[in-house]
Amino acid sequence: MATTAHTIDPGDLPRAMLDIATSLNDWVIILPIVLCLMGGAFLLLVREWRGAQLGLTLVFLAAIAALEAQLFVRVLTDGPIAMTMGNWLPPFGITFAVDVLGAGFALAATIATIVVVISYSADTMQREVRYGFYSLIMLLLAGVTGAFLTGDLFNLYVWFEVMLIASFGLMIIGGRKIQLDGAVKYGFLNFLATTFFLIGLGYLYGLIGTLNMADIARVASQTNSPAMIAVAGLFLLAFGMKAAAFPLNAWLPASYHTPDAAISALFGGLLTKVGAYALLRTMVLMMPAAREVLDPVITTIAVATLLLGPMGAMAQTNLRRAVGFIVIGGIGSVMAGIAISGLFGVAGGGLYAIHSMLTMTALYLVAGMIEQVTGTDDIRRMGGIYRASSGLSILFLVLVFASAGLPPFLGFWPKLLLLQGALLDNDGLLVAAILINSLFTSIAGARIWAHVFWRNGREGEAPNAINPDLKPVAAAVKRPTIFASAVLVALILFLGLRPNILLESAQIAAVGLVHPDRYTAAVNLEVPDK
Amino acid sequence: MLEQVLAALVGIFFAASIYLILSKAIIRMLLGVTILGNGVNLLIFTLGRVSREVPPIVSNGELQPAAGFANPLPQALILTAIVIGFAMFTFLLVLGYRAYQELDADNTDTMRVAEPKDAPRPPLSY
Repeated sequence: MATTAHTIDPGDLPRAMLDIATSLNDWVIILPIVLCLMGGAFLLLVREWRGAQLGLTLVFLAAIAALEAQLFVRVLTDGPIAMTMGNWLPPFGITFAVDVLGAGFALAATIATIVVVISYSADTMQREVRYGFYSLIMLLLAGVTGAFLTGDLFNLYVWFEVMLIASFGLMIIGGRKIQLDGAVKYGFLNFLATTFFLIGLGYLYGLIGTLNMADIARVASQTNSPAMIAVAGLFLLAFGMKAAAFPLNAWLPASYHTPDAAISALFGGLLTKVGAYALLRTMVLMMPAAREVLDPVITTIAVATLLLGPMGAMAQTNLRRAVGFIVIGGIGSVMAGIAISGLFGVAGGGLYAIHSMLTMTALYLVAGMIEQVTGTDDIRRMGGIYRASSGLSILFLVLVFASAGLPPFLGFWPKLLLLQGALLDNDGLLVAAILINSLFTSIAGARIWAHVFWRNGREGEAPNAINPDLKPVAAAVKRPTIFASAVLVALILFLGLRPNILLESAQIAAVGLVHPDRYTAAVNLEVPDK
Repeated sequence: MLEQVLAALVGIFFAASIYLILSKAIIRMLLGVTILGNGVNLLIFTLGRVSREVPPIVSNGELQPAAGFANPLPQALILTAIVIGFAMFTFLLVLGYRAYQELDADNTDTMRVAEPKDAPRPPLSY
């Protein structure tokens, strides 16, 4: 708040600075990000040592995952923890604040990254390694993890940009024509989205004089509410664009199918979810009053995204573009969670985003394998893979059902929470949209499955003509790719069958967002009297 | 008074940049994005309240700077945003140039490799 108004006498100094050092235990808050950044820099230093790049990346990623797992368990049992740079007392320093939502998202992102790195390891070309492929992956993860763990809004903007510049690099690595085309659209629109975020952030600072998330949550309700609604609207625009919610979704199907399948998988798993996470943070935690006013807008966006995502998928002939539309449909579920708000909505939206990180990564990886087996990206030219490999068809079908939210797969549980929340709200429109989204996603996925796996040959040919382009899976796809995707699908299956830990974590995360008292206290700010 | 002038300037910057971004030529969009970035920086500067009497330096023996000092935080924010914006601008500039070389297109209407204009109809069986 307005710091200039006070006169400070020496006795007041402890109110501005922490005089005890951060305990070693608490360093775990920042270590995942430090490791990502240092890992990226180190891999760049030893870029000529190409044989070791993959191994080193995996060592770094494993360490990050272990730290994040520990962090997740800790915030789950002990509640949120925070640390402020330079030992300034919040709201003065840049705060990193970790709660169940942030730690869970960070852990899921790291798991998805590990899977992508393993699956791509055999296909990475020497040239891409030399151009810093693994460094870029580490930096992308740094941006994503930083966004999940930070407790400061301007710092969130910086992590968005770290993520963005790393994703630019990954999108054009290889330099094919189609990649340049996709990157132009992706680059401009995403840069524009972060600039909108910056505008909202500037207004927010001008209004309430603080950028600390917990502090904003504390004072937002006491401020000029029309202005706060405008700020929330700008955030909705910016993060909605990053999350690829309708009507700002055009950049995703224009670009995500252009790089290699593994990079598509990384983007589809990680990037849109950062926008969704930022929406949960700002709308639910920081500006619940403004969200209340914007509720009709968010509901409309959610319904439109839920319906148009899978409908877009049905209309595609390019396999990975169709998957891109399924990703967009999933973002609709997260938006529905924000529209429903309340404990069920937030838990459902958050859990859906986690599910979406794992499922969309796997879906893109399997789509990449299908492209390798058939040698084309056109659904009409595929066909007959079931005969060549029934295993691949099972992987794909499980993922389609998981993203449609059919039981017993992982996507079912968050949709159940969302439906429960929407029914409690008597929001029939959202209930219908969520259910129709499941139906449409199943139809879109099953159509792809039928064309790619079920029918024998290519479209337009006799039903029993064998597709001559088909290569055996063992020859076309490298072993690590099959292994990594199968492990991820097994994880999705397992979590779908044993969802208790996820459901309980989602409930705790939702309570932490809707009633942020513990979060505020962890950041060392006074909890306002109710 | 200065606030109003700066606010009007921000408005002009925004208007010009939106006009440019809505164009289809890559180079105009690039200029638009840059002007928008500068407009936003100016916006943050103005929103941090314009007070230019005293530099924000704590003199010897004091615990806080003299009254009416310039707010240093917006300047730190802007500096960060300028650096990031410049990096993004350079990347997009090189990207636009490479796209022009490779795709022979500096207009989003003719840049249709990733999304072909005469895209085939979706498969109709099943």
